[in-house]
This record gives sequence, structure tokens and C-alpha cells, in this order.
Amino acid sequence: MSMHTMKLSIGPIQYFWERQQVLDFYQQAASSPAEIIYLGEVICSKRRLVKPQDWIAIGKELRQGGKEVILSSLTLLEAASETGALKKLCSNDDFMVEANDISAVQLLSANGKDFVTGPSVNIYNQRSLQLLADKGLKRWVLPVELGLETLADMQAARPAGVETEVFALGRLPLAYSARCYTARSHNLPKDNCQFKCIDYPDGRMLKTREEQEFLILNGTQTQSALTHQVLEEIPQLAALGVDVLRISPQANNTMEIIEIFNNARKTPNMNPLSDELLKLLPAGACNGYLVGKAGLDYEVNPAA
Amino acid sequence: MELVCPAGNLPSLKAAVDNGADAVYVGFKDDTNARHFTGLNFTERSFEKAINYAHDKGRKVFVAINTFPQPNGFKRWKAAVDRAADFGVDALILADIGVLDYARERWPEMRLHLSVQASVTSAEGIGFYHQNFGIRRVVLPRVLSVRQVAHVISESPVPVEVFGFGSLCVMVEGRCLLSSYATGRSPNTYGACSPASHVRWEETKDGTNTRLNGVLIDHYAEGEKAGYPTLCKGRFQVGENTFYAIEEPTSLNTLSLLPELRNIGVSAIKVEGRQRSPAYVAQVTAVMRAAIDDCLLKADSYQPKAQWMQELAEVSEGSQTTLGAYHRPWQ
Repeated sequence: MSMHTMKLSIGPIQYFWERQQVLDFYQQAASSPAEIIYLGEVICSKRRLVKPQDWIAIGKELRQGGKEVILSSLTLLEAASETGALKKLCSNDDFMVEANDISAVQLLSANGKDFVTGPSVNIYNQRSLQLLADKGLKRWVLPVELGLETLADMQAARPAGVETEVFALGRLPLAYSARCYTARSHNLPKDNCQFKCIDYPDGRMLKTREEQEFLILNGTQTQSALTHQVLEEIPQLAALGVDVLRISPQANNTMEIIEIFNNARKTPNMNPLSDELLKLLPAGACNGYLVGKAGLDYEVNPAA
Repeated sequence: MELVCPAGNLPSLKAAVDNGADAVYVGFKDDTNARHFTGLNFTERSFEKAINYAHDKGRKVFVAINTFPQPNGFKRWKAAVDRAADFGVDALILADIGVLDYARERWPEMRLHLSVQASVTSAEGIGFYHQNFGIRRVVLPRVLSVRQVAHVISESPVPVEVFGFGSLCVMVEGRCLLSSYATGRSPNTYGACSPASHVRWEETKDGTNTRLNGVLIDHYAEGEKAGYPTLCKGRFQVGENTFYAIEEPTSLNTLSLLPELRNIGVSAIKVEGRQRSPAYVAQVTAVMRAAIDDCLLKADSYQPKAQWMQELAEVSEGSQTTLGAYHRPWQ
């Protein structure tokens, strides 16, 4: 059987990192096997150590090195200034945009620009996918709470010219709020957050009262404490015609993880790779969503 | 400002109508709406009675079909849209792009409202649904300050409805997966958050544990009143502290904001709580009716009465209320 080789993407950085850490990260990414790189601040408009023009500069450099570069938009829009920044992003002529909110879809289609939708744009059925394809959608990311069964149905009716991307590794983006939980955990209001996020390059751990590592506070975003990973399902995802696997950056080991996925997409025997992967995750793995269970569940070899 | 009240059954609908709701919103007995709870919602028979009761008294009925169908269930959502339209409801409250597209094509005259579950917080987002589906009202998520709501209204192509009272979602609606992360069921996919099927109350030697699919949401000491384990309202550990890391058990109450909401051009005020009792619906509807009437009459000399605040506190989560995201320091 000749299976098509899926591309690898690096999703936008979800956390607030020091500027130098961001620059170093993309320098490494430039020589990684990932074909697609998503750039930009998607969580909080107050995080400005890397500015819009910096992202464009990083993007141009990555593109010169042969990467496909996409600029990602803010997920939850609140202030008028945020919509203003979104309008600028959606009229840029340099790069395609990943819409993380329907506002971006509207602006991009009005500008006649093709676009990608990220995991927080709710595409749960074919009719939604078809309508957005008619607006210029070229690639969509499966919402993270949906599983292989729905993915198979969606792939069966996928409009021509639309690629499918799956969130393949990372702490799951679960929720967005007006409230900043990292600031709250320091007893600070959002308007005086003192940029506490910078101290938590993988987000801040929230545990239950019996010490179960449960969620991650990342400013206004809440993530899973466990890292969702689909390594064992790669053959199935390839068979379903998935085009892109997304690796969501973590503070450490991201390039090693990309290497593992790079090997996995070429070899059918995943188990040794899986053991290696688990050692690189900050707080363990989960994959429940993919097999129609609670997101935090973890099934080893669910396909078997 | 129209008062839009919830009803999970016929007695609640009557309570809403009798106490002064301008419109009542309801759902069918399945996963096509975001309050998919056992024993709740309307069959065809009770629905017919509900519509007749409201229409006889000159009130409107809206039907929420506001979850996100996956391919294998899409037929059920179409059937819900058709059923509601056949019954002559006054509006459908929809969230999913595919369902909106179907409703627009099959029932072009039907009045469509954009559900809070569509997660739209900007005029551009509203524009998408207005342009493509002709929506005639939008319900805004509970994540905007009053100033931000005012800005959206000033640019929105359609009238805006906001939440005025009830249980508080602190995450932007339609994009919160906390419940399915813990249980496999979310408001989007199943129509319920922190579903009762996954709740366990556990007596321990020093009090009560509340669990959701095994995850400890809170522990209550002897004598402390235990609350329902809604995931975002539990006590958790962050760093050295154990506290309500996301939100306290509390309800939204905007009585003190009504003049501002009126001044910025809010068209309708929504009360949360289709899962609550007829007594809740009656009490909250009566208070909100009196407060809105008083606010419209007195304009800027309006003050919420202590008795109203007391009556709303009695039916609030943890007997506490908050202005939520409307009030900037809350954020």
C-alpha cells in the first residue's frame, strides 16, 4: 500500500515567551523537517515582546528557507483595538492567515483572500465546511474535541481543494475567557497583570485537591495539563487522507518531538517512538478525544 | 428592552408568561439544544400547548437549536428546525454554520437569532452571520465589558441581546471544551456541561467530595454546603493556594447596570436557566420585569430595590451575585 506522507506543521506559540526564546525557537524550526509554520500571538493582545512587523520578518526568513508560513489571528476578540489589529492582519499581502475566530473569516473573505481556520473555529459538519470552502477556505483544523469517526465522515465529503489538518501534539486548547487566570492566581486583575505569564513558558499548573494535574492556566486561555498526542494513530490518519499534522510548541523538546513525528510518518512501527515521545512531555499524555472518549483519557494503541 | 426568559417545561413557560416575559425560549427533548438534561424540555405535544399558551397572551416563543451537529447527527438538527418552523415559532436561536445555512435555505422567511454558542464578540463576526444567513438578532457571550458591548452595538448590523441574570459561564460560550475534556460530553457536542451522569457525591470521614468522571472538583468540610460540581466553579490548587481558581459559585446579576444597558442600545435582556424550576422562572421574571419597567420609566434616577436584590440572591448559585465581565475589575 502506498500511503501518502502527511506534512508537519508547527502551530502558533500559545505561551508568553521571552523575545529571545521566540527568535531561537524559529531559528531551530527553520532547519526542522516541518513544512508549515504558523506565526503570531493567538491568546492575549497585551503580549507584545514580538510585534506584528517582527512576525512578518520572521515569516519572510522562514519562507526563504523553504517553509510555508501562515499568520495566525487572535482567538478571542474583545477590545476595539484588537479588531483594528485583526483588520490589518487580514489585509496583509505577504502571507495567508489562519482565522481563529469567525471575524477573521469575514474580513478575509471580504478581502477576497484564501484562508485557513484554526481549531477554535467550529466546523463540526460537512455543511459548515462546504460553506467556508465557498468563502475561500483552503485548510481547516479539526476541532480538538472531535474524533476519528467524525473525521472519517468529514473526509468522505470534503470539498475539492481543502486540506485537513489535525492537532497532533500539544496541550489541548480548551477554553478562552475575559478573565486572566494567571493574573488571578497571583491575586492580580487583568488590567494590572504584571505580565506574570512570562514566568510560565508552559503555562501554570492547576491541580485538583488530591494533586491530580488537571488543567493549565495560560493567561485568558485554559489548556489540558496532559499533552494530547496522536502518534499511534498516524497510519489511520494517513489512510483517512489527512494532509497535515500540527505540533503545538512547548517550552522544551519541541524539535525532538518534530523529529519523532517525522520518523513516525515514514515508518509503520510506532511503539519505540511512542516511548521516546512520552519522556519529552511535561506532564504525561492523553488521546481520548480521538477515540470518542473524555479528552483526558489515554488509550495505548487505540487503533489495535 | 425585551425580556427573554427560559423555560424547560410547560409550568415554567406559564410562569414566565404570567410574570411578564416578552418572549420565552425553549428547547426540544434531545441534544439539539444546550440544556440537554434528563426530564427537561419539550415533546411535540407539550410544545404545541406551550406555543398556544404564549401566543394567546401575545408573547413570543423562541426555540434554541444551538449545539453543533456532527455528520452522523445532522438529520436530527434539520428535523428540529423543521418542527419548530412548522409550529410557527417566532424565532430560531441557532449557532452552527451548517444549521443556519439549512434553516435559511429551507425557511427563508423564518426569523433567525444567533445563539451565544456561536461565540461572536465583534461586529465583523456578526456581519458574517448577517450577510450569509440574514440573522436578525445576536446574543453576545458573557466576556465583554459594558464599554465593549456598547462598541459592538454601535457597529452591529443587527440588534443585540445580552445576558441579564443567571448562572455565569466565565469562558466564551461555544468554544469551551472543559466539560468534554473531563467527561467526553460538552455543550457543543452533547448540549450539557458537567453532565449529571458523570457526577459523584462521596461522603468522606471529614466531609463531602464532589467528582466529575472521577476528577475531584471540590471538597466540602462538615457543615459546609456542598454545591453541584460545575467544572469551572470548583476549588483547585495553583502554586501554594487552594481556591476558586476559575470562578466562585455565583450568578450574574445586572440589575444595577440596567440604565447603562438601556443607554448603550441593548435590545433584549436574557435570563439564563432552562434547567431551573418554575418557581425560579416566576421569581426572576417578576423581578426583571419590575426592574426593566422601572428603569424605562425613571431613566437615570433608577435604583435597584433592595427587595429585588434579595429575591435574586435567593435563587443564585451560592447565594452570591456578580457583574461578571461587564465590570472590568472582575476580569
